[in-house]
Amino acid sequence: MATVSHIPTDQGFLARPLLAMVRWIAELGDLVMDWVIGVGNISVFSLQTFGWMCARLPRRETLIPAFYQIGVLSLPVVALTGTFIGMVLVEQSYVQFRNLHLEAKLGAVINLSLVRELGPVLAATMLAGRVGSAMAAELGTMRVTEQIDALTTMGANPIHYLVVPRFLGCLLLIPALTIMADFMGVVGAMFYAVMLRGIDFHHYLENSQHFVGYFDMFAGVFKSLFFGAAIALIACYRGFHCDPGAEGVGRAATAAFVYSFVMILLLDLLLGIALNGVYFSLWPEAPKLF
Amino acid sequence: MVSASSETRDPQRPLVQLEGVGIDFGRQPVLRDINLAIPQGQTLAIIGESGCGKTVLLKTIIGLLRPVRGTVHFDGRDLAKLGERELTRQRIRFGFLFQQAALFDSMTISQNVAFPLRQHTRKTTEEIRQVILARLAEVGLPEDILAKKPAELSGGMRKRVGLARALALEPEIILYDEPTTGLDPIMSDVINELILSTRRQHPVTSIVVTHDMRTAQKVADRVMMLYPVTRLRPDEPQILYDGPPDHIERAADSRVSQFVRGEAGERLMEMRQHNGR
Repeated sequence: MATVSHIPTDQGFLARPLLAMVRWIAELGDLVMDWVIGVGNISVFSLQTFGWMCARLPRRETLIPAFYQIGVLSLPVVALTGTFIGMVLVEQSYVQFRNLHLEAKLGAVINLSLVRELGPVLAATMLAGRVGSAMAAELGTMRVTEQIDALTTMGANPIHYLVVPRFLGCLLLIPALTIMADFMGVVGAMFYAVMLRGIDFHHYLENSQHFVGYFDMFAGVFKSLFFGAAIALIACYRGFHCDPGAEGVGRAATAAFVYSFVMILLLDLLLGIALNGVYFSLWPEAPKLF
Repeated sequence: MVSASSETRDPQRPLVQLEGVGIDFGRQPVLRDINLAIPQGQTLAIIGESGCGKTVLLKTIIGLLRPVRGTVHFDGRDLAKLGERELTRQRIRFGFLFQQAALFDSMTISQNVAFPLRQHTRKTTEEIRQVILARLAEVGLPEDILAKKPAELSGGMRKRVGLARALALEPEIILYDEPTTGLDPIMSDVINELILSTRRQHPVTSIVVTHDMRTAQKVADRVMMLYPVTRLRPDEPQILYDGPPDHIERAADSRVSQFVRGEAGERLMEMRQHNGR
């Protein structure tokens, strides 16, 4: 920022350490200011998105391509990764559980991990990587090539036309992707445990049913709504505020994924704590593994 | 016409009026104290070297950028005081041809030209198709490009599609941002002719931002030259020339004649000194 360049440089030998400290403080101040401005900008951007979403729904011809891109095209990759994660969990946990002669309890631990944590986080990560980056790059290119300005000059609000359909797509379809990741993870884990590790199907299933309740599934899907909203808002904001040129578009796409991923993990922690609080206040006598 | 047109407008009142407009990018002033009145029906060419704020001025006139100082009035309305809905109603009285045409990549040519019609009119699909064909014919483009994507067209064709899209709602004022930049001399002249024929066929006011003197002298009945704020003294006006195109070569200010003749003068030396070489 410009404040740094205003600090005089020729202050003599004794003033140099002081000058260096002042410069460091100025740079820190600039960083804090940039951060505060960034948070303010994305908050305004989010409020505008909510405002336009409530004002009127986008047209069908903008919603359907966004939903297809976000939901339908993400399903195979989410299903595939869900399956492998389920199988890997069994592979990594099996030996320890067998040493304790508790391999039949694997279903409880793995399915609980899948529906409460891994399913939603995995679906959200795939969405951020596959769709979030692409949205940031697409909107960034539209910004750089003045297509967003063109929308405005033709009397179409860019947030209503471009952001709201993507936001709704991420918000409404991420639960479906999460359920798909959960389901394929559960199926993959069961297949690996029963068919390849020889765990008794009946006990595996019984433990799973006993420990995984409706609240666990609700918790995973509920969290995913926040992940979907965060991915859409961060990706669209990054695209809208893209720096000029190909480098700017690339940076916007990368930043969209990195910030989304960090936000997913942060939200996961905060929502996990909140939902656990709700769970234990509703059911103080939760089922115990041992 | 779909727009909220000027039912009872005073013919003496300028269609566009800027008073004391200033715009800064960060701490860098780009426009300083711009005063400008454009009467209805006039074709104004805004010339000046790259980075002098021509495009910024154009975007300020349509409300894409908000001035930090001064006011922009369109047809008597202060753009800064308009709500979102009213601003949209005023914006669709404009047509804007962007420097790189700014066609929507994801749409076909037909969908691009139809876009403003679908947004702001209740025309049927067939009526929209007729308008698209009429506009494309006006800019000399064949029907067989309708299903193509913008990436499949040449630069000149994209510019002409951009013009067809800008004309779709029969605007009262058209803003051209560097309409001939990046085109060969023949295609540049085709665009110049299109600007003239548009003016003949529609009673429009036009603002053409360009650094091509041939365009300015051919299409405009008034030329205004902007100069970069960073190269001006604090007391100097940013508009160095404002008058008829045929007088510009006799302008008293040597910076104007230097631009018109396209002479570098001492500029390269200054740049080297500025960069410390």
